Amino acid sequence: MGLLQKHLGQLEAYSGIRRAGADPFQVAFDAVLSPTEGLINGKRVILLGTNNYLGLTFDQESVEASVEAVRRWGTGTTGSRIANGSYGAHTQLEQSLASFYGRKHAMVFTTGYQANLGVLSALVGRGDHLILDADSHASIYDGARLGHAEVIRFRHNDPEDLYKRLRRLEGQPGDRLIVVEGIYSMMGDVAPLREMVEVKKETGAYLLVDEAHSMGVLGEKGRGLAEAAGVEEDVDFIVGTFSKSLGAIGGFCVSDADDFDILRVVSRPYMFTASLPPAVVASTLKSLEKVEADGALRAQLMANAERLHAGLNALGFTTGPKASPIVAVVMPDLPTALSMWNGLLAGGVYLNLALPPATPNNRPLLRSSVSAAHTPEQIDEVLAIFEWVGREFGVLPSLDQRAAG
Amino acid sequence: MGEVVADLTVREIARAAETVLGQPVVLTPATDIARDLAVDSLALMNIVMELEDKFDLSIPLDRMALVQTVGDLASLIDELRTKA
Ligand SMILES: Cc1ncc(COP(=O)(O)O)c(C=O)c1O
Repeated sequence: MGLLQKHLGQLEAYSGIRRAGADPFQVAFDAVLSPTEGLINGKRVILLGTNNYLGLTFDQESVEASVEAVRRWGTGTTGSRIANGSYGAHTQLEQSLASFYGRKHAMVFTTGYQANLGVLSALVGRGDHLILDADSHASIYDGARLGHAEVIRFRHNDPEDLYKRLRRLEGQPGDRLIVVEGIYSMMGDVAPLREMVEVKKETGAYLLVDEAHSMGVLGEKGRGLAEAAGVEEDVDFIVGTFSKSLGAIGGFCVSDADDFDILRVVSRPYMFTASLPPAVVASTLKSLEKVEADGALRAQLMANAERLHAGLNALGFTTGPKASPIVAVVMPDLPTALSMWNGLLAGGVYLNLALPPATPNNRPLLRSSVSAAHTPEQIDEVLAIFEWVGREFGVLPSLDQRAAG
Repeated sequence: MGEVVADLTVREIARAAETVLGQPVVLTPATDIARDLAVDSLALMNIVMELEDKFDLSIPLDRMALVQTVGDLASLIDELRTKA
């Protein structure tokens, strides 16, 4: 064991999970048939945990653009942009993002994770204050650790708590940067952005919104929560990813901040990793056009989200309060969560098993993400399987019990 | 005097831990937070948030890097309080 001895606790927990059935963290697909269907061990499953919100992974034009780019520009850039230079498409993507958001500047990173690392570590430094929502994504926490600012958490989605914590910093020197997410990745809940903007203005802080799960999903034009809440002017930085609604991989930051481009030579997660391959940039550019042009995809996504959310609640499952493309079913405990997850997979539904401490309130979650590409029939099939498995494992009362009660 | 302050702080830490963990907690300054209390990093951050409210001060997370025992945490809080 040696060096890995320190992970003994995790090792035991993980072994326990694997003994319960399939390994939820190493699911292997034989094939991906479409944005909503895959094959696991020869069995067809509905994909309900892929963050493929608009179903663009198999979009014909995006695929063709990717194929053409790989033929013309090769398979990879083999280095970072400061060392190996930029390809035309990198710059074009940055211009397209800036224009999509109506901002002066845009910068592309190799993943959304790295975008948070690169932006948070460079925007605030020693003597500054980073104020994070307690339920922030790991990449935000890790970005906070990479920099040297003082890090304070506020209670999840609680503008009053945010205000209180900023007030405590009164009189201390240094800049303040508040970080929130558009849609939270575990429960699918949305930040009360207008109220947070009020707090930001009153306390003279800057505001960054990570729109990873809300880009392409919220707002009339798909620009995310800032657009939907009508506060884009008061959001100083937007971070996002190409790995969800845009169906590829990569991250970005857009802003109107003066001298924004200095980040390219001070942000280590931008400087010291290879840039996105041309094929990825090409499909992302195409998908961004679709996000901008095709409001019908968003409407379909929301209709599907509502169908799943309403259906699960009607069955008696505990979910978040409002329909959102992320629908999480709260599980009473780990053994039940494992049985349910395995039962759903065996029944033909693939979704995410989310475990504490990554989940709020220390509860395991069955986290699903809906796609515009799901058909109503697929959602109904999912609900039927959920009902069956829920009764099997006692999350829902069995039918006889109900008749008796 | 310092001892007394630390004692009160330790008691508040116990109270905060009980709130977050939802169970009775017995601790002394020597209690190792991760090992003896079986508190993971998230629960610890939540305990810190409770303590910030109790003492009406900011406990930056980066200052928690050197905190291993309840005594370490109490000293950090007392230091931050005298500064405030
Ligand atoms: C809120 C949030 N930010 C950032 C990321 C990272 O995105 P990427 O997959 O591009 O690294 C994620 C994805 O899991 C996320 O949920």
